[in-house]
Amino acid sequence: MRITTTVNGEQREVDDVWEGESLLYVLRERMGLPGSKNACEQGECGSCTVMLDGVPVCACLVAAGQAQGREVLTVEGLAEPDALHPVQTAFVDAGAVQCGFCTPGLVVAAADLLRQSPRPSDPEIREALAGNLCRCTGYEKILDAVRLAADRLAGEEVAR
Amino acid sequence: MSAQAAGTTAAGTTTGTAVGTGRIGESAVRPDGVLKVTGEFAYASDLWMEDMIWGVTLRSPHPHARIRSVDIGPALATPGVYAVLLGDDVPGRNAFGLEHDDQPVLAADVVRYQGEPVALVAADHPEIARQAAKKIVVDYEPLPRVTDGRRALDSEAPKVHPDGNLVRHLKIRRGDSEATAPVVVELDFEVGMQDQAFLGPESGLAVPAEDGGVDLYVATQWLHVDQRQICQALGMPPEKVRLSLSGVGGAFGGREDLSMHVHACLLALHIGKPVKMVYNREESFFGHVHRHPAYLHYEYGAQPDGRLVYGKASIVFDGGAYASSTAAVVGNGGTMGLGPYRFPNVQVDCFGVYTNNPPCGAMRGFGCVQAAFAHEAMMDALADRVGVDRIAIRQLNGMTEGEQNITGQVIDSAAPVSELLQIVHDLPLPAPVAGEPDLRAMPGGVSNTTHGESVVRGIGYAVTYKNVAFSEGFDDYSTARVRLETVAGEPLVTVHTAAAEVGQGLITVEQQICRTELGVDRVVVHPKDTSVGSGGSTSASRQTYVTGGAIKAACEAVRRVVLERAAASTGQAADSLRLEGGKVVSLGGEVVAGLADVVGDRPVEETVEWRHRPTEPVHPETGQGRAHVQYAFSAHRAVVDVDTELGLVKVVALDTAQDVGRALNPSAVVGQIHGGSAQGMGLALMEEILVSDGQVKNPSFTDYLIPTILDMPPMQVQVLEYADPHAPYGVRGVGEPPAISSGPAVAAAIRQATGKPLRRVPIRPEHIADC
Repeated sequence: MRITTTVNGEQREVDDVWEGESLLYVLRERMGLPGSKNACEQGECGSCTVMLDGVPVCACLVAAGQAQGREVLTVEGLAEPDALHPVQTAFVDAGAVQCGFCTPGLVVAAADLLRQSPRPSDPEIREALAGNLCRCTGYEKILDAVRLAADRLAGEEVAR
Repeated sequence: MSAQAAGTTAAGTTTGTAVGTGRIGESAVRPDGVLKVTGEFAYASDLWMEDMIWGVTLRSPHPHARIRSVDIGPALATPGVYAVLLGDDVPGRNAFGLEHDDQPVLAADVVRYQGEPVALVAADHPEIARQAAKKIVVDYEPLPRVTDGRRALDSEAPKVHPDGNLVRHLKIRRGDSEATAPVVVELDFEVGMQDQAFLGPESGLAVPAEDGGVDLYVATQWLHVDQRQICQALGMPPEKVRLSLSGVGGAFGGREDLSMHVHACLLALHIGKPVKMVYNREESFFGHVHRHPAYLHYEYGAQPDGRLVYGKASIVFDGGAYASSTAAVVGNGGTMGLGPYRFPNVQVDCFGVYTNNPPCGAMRGFGCVQAAFAHEAMMDALADRVGVDRIAIRQLNGMTEGEQNITGQVIDSAAPVSELLQIVHDLPLPAPVAGEPDLRAMPGGVSNTTHGESVVRGIGYAVTYKNVAFSEGFDDYSTARVRLETVAGEPLVTVHTAAAEVGQGLITVEQQICRTELGVDRVVVHPKDTSVGSGGSTSASRQTYVTGGAIKAACEAVRRVVLERAAASTGQAADSLRLEGGKVVSLGGEVVAGLADVVGDRPVEETVEWRHRPTEPVHPETGQGRAHVQYAFSAHRAVVDVDTELGLVKVVALDTAQDVGRALNPSAVVGQIHGGSAQGMGLALMEEILVSDGQVKNPSFTDYLIPTILDMPPMQVQVLEYADPHAPYGVRGVGEPPAISSGPAVAAAIRQATGKPLRRVPIRPEHIADC
């Protein structure tokens, strides 16, 4: 089948998609966007988190056909070209990245959290990111990164 | 030919930008950090080539069976299928293994565990390959199986291999074997099978080359040991089997053994096209070794004041169907089996056995994890028996520098057992639950199972030690090539090692060492591959020590050449010059020449093979000997809230202190300690591969649980830096100790809260609740 969808602001069309393929497979293998990760492919780890019409979803649980005519935002489109989203910068600066396989899903989920709740408490951060597994960091520096990004975003608000 | 991740970086180019700052001792940021947060970093599963084919594995459903026949006809006839391969198609020796090559690449006559690879299929879509694999008809004759490690050495137990089921029996005998004591504590323990659960699945891309060889881009922990095994299976010399490290999504020991490596190469060479293999999560659970389940019987004798008189232990590690690194795990589990304590008299028997369970091998903590659950529970039991405080009994018996451990090895650098315990004891405790609690902080969380009723708080302590680097006489080395050249008028250093970056931050440390030794900011980490000598394994907490040592030595060799050149051109003595800020300066700090000018168009390149102090095999009858290079110590304090009615546990705090010798990158060191602590906690509370009569029951992240951000408590980390005079920069391995002492501390805290013995981990709700 043919799928037409808007990915990172750009209309994309792919042909010969098998009906059983997930949005994750189409993004990774047919659109050249492997940033969304394939750690479990059963909706448990959050490493493939993307925004579908503004809502965070596990791309592995979305059938490719369900993305027809909708808007997808992946980690590759989180920031302007050649720039970084404040959450991305904070993950690097806080040492929240080790192997990094969970990172794309976490930065998408964390950016969504801060959009909805600019100054989240620690329990709020933990609840919002509970669907994103990380095996390397024990999550301490991920919490640091989200707090740092929130502080910096708040600073930008004040500067404006 | 080079493979490309779709639209992004070249395969193997997994390092990142050259310019950065940070010398040793500073928290330099990762050179691959930006690529990882933007999704551009090329993991093995991201590799892509225009004409690549997908490979899949058919695995045995039986834990032990004879293969009567295999019919590949229907699978091969499936449209889109390029090849179906069996054991007979392996051109070299159909066997591999880290220590003993006892494992077939593809089972030819007998399968010895559920999940053993039997056939390979390649097709132009992964789903077509999977469907075709289901059409392969294998006629199995089930065989009697042995699936209880404690029964594996019984005379009537089915033999997993022709020579029997014993992989290794390590004996440690010290002092008086007849020693008696007025106080005796005797207990049994059991540790379940843990999974590394790295997030990046096993994957790689094999590309057939024009010379008849193959280039493999793969996620691994040790390129050269892979290469050796692949060459044996393919019947090819090393120059025709070239490996490059692609992005590695975590490892923790689970990538030390081969997974899809030979399979992808076989398919690629057979078809003549690039072949990619990526496991899904279920296959990953079958596709790598796990942490050994263990059965431990301990008996301690002590004086009435708690002073230890003797320690006896009998430990069985269930190695599963193939040897992997079981012999070395037995070495660790035995030699460090009684923990960092002083025992005048010792009798330890540590066994590694074959069964028809999934193969077990390396995982972070490597044999010490299982023993620590036992020796720490023993210390608590002894403390309670003699009426001594649990910290005090450890401090009374704790090892100190200059003493001998149970193998007679003198601990010849810091052994701060007592101090580490004191630090974690003195750290601030979390506030008690007061008022209407936040559900998210309660056992059971937002499931709303308690608002504080039936919740009891407990505190537990544990301390451990762990060897660093390879042991028992292994020739453990690393190779580093360092090149200094002038590019666009600026000095540039390139560091090339084959040591695997798996997420731990080795590449950051590689840059930091070069910047420090050569006074140059721009340091490129060359892609990791087999065109340079072995870097040894990224395991045993050894890379900063051993590859770090090799890079330091290579930098020193480069520096000697450069300073001699500078001496020749300036007339000053070479030993009165040093490198700093891209300049050659005098000892007084006066600039003598620009480094770029001294190097000019004559790059300096030095390659060094570097070894740590040698170790020796232990005596076969007494287990005595200088088995290990270095020991690293850590302690944990866990605070838990337990809902005693439902058996649910919330870890409220997990605090730790660890001696790291010298922190080359303090932020990365703390990150290792956080992550290791989480994995240890996971084993204490929730992580177990459930195996029933050889069958794995929970091969998914739905049923195999690892800690989430809601499960983890805040962690206070105290880092000590007692430099080891024998190690480069004084470093001590960091990665493993936190995975060892955290779990026993959590288990101890639950015991304290509940008053229950809890001799098995993971501790499940039904072990706690009165039901």
